[in-house]
Amino acid sequence: MEADWIWGLVGGLLIGSGGAVYLLGNGRIMGASGIIGGLVDGSGRGTVGERLIFLAGVFVLPLLLLPLFPEADTHLTTNPAVLVAAGLLVGIGTRLANGCTSGHGVCGISRLSLRGIVATVFYIGAGALTVVLFRHLLGVI
Amino acid sequence: MRYLMALLAGSLFGAGLFISGMTDTAKVQGWLDVFGDWDPTLAFVMGGAIVPMALAWRLTRRGTPLTGGSFPAPPEPKLGRNLVLGSVLFGMGWGLSGLCPGPSIAALGFGHWGHAVFVAAMLAGMFAAPAIRGQLDRYGAPA
Repeated sequence: MEADWIWGLVGGLLIGSGGAVYLLGNGRIMGASGIIGGLVDGSGRGTVGERLIFLAGVFVLPLLLLPLFPEADTHLTTNPAVLVAAGLLVGIGTRLANGCTSGHGVCGISRLSLRGIVATVFYIGAGALTVVLFRHLLGVI
Repeated sequence: MRYLMALLAGSLFGAGLFISGMTDTAKVQGWLDVFGDWDPTLAFVMGGAIVPMALAWRLTRRGTPLTGGSFPAPPEPKLGRNLVLGSVLFGMGWGLSGLCPGPSIAALGFGHWGHAVFVAAMLAGMFAAPAIRGQLDRYGAPA
């Protein structure tokens, strides 16, 4: 669809605005893996409330918008082995690297953080290689 | 007030992920699929997100957050094993599924059982990560 890039840009501006509110309001970097991970490994014990409320917003807004965009689809794989392997890799990887697409990508690159830029180069590179390997050579995804 | 800010930030983030199409794994994998039918959308999402964020970082040069406390310290220049290895593992999972942590939560409302499976595995991985980091420190390559 030709309008996809416009929706992408508008959505991107909203994502960045969310990050700006979190930074200027609460003095925190909006990284999804850090916000979730801190709830799981105990490192965010003092800020459980704001983490859960943030995630509630992330979960609820798409739910409210879904009726307006009935054609929206996730095209998620139904292969359980792929889902479990991917979930484990994303969970372990983002916590080892201390960031994901939002923390290293959006928040890191926008302050020209070398760590954010290097992380982004490696996860995009690994992601592209993985898609090429598993889609075009192995035909799994 | 901190809770209100967190709700506003999370809502903007969730709405943005949905509207931009990042809850659609076909768009994410389409962007990573450089040898297939390449989809440029993710670049517009990233570019759009970086603009307000860069402005916000400029505003942190003076003053304090609205709810008090202090702004994050300047980024560390330190790279290392955990950053590179972690990002490679994350990228592999991202490529396999088309999901990263934010969209995995934002897409839960679609009601597809697969998202619940992915999120459960992701939480397990996040739970295990500190122990894995400890093992790498003990036996692995230098950090």
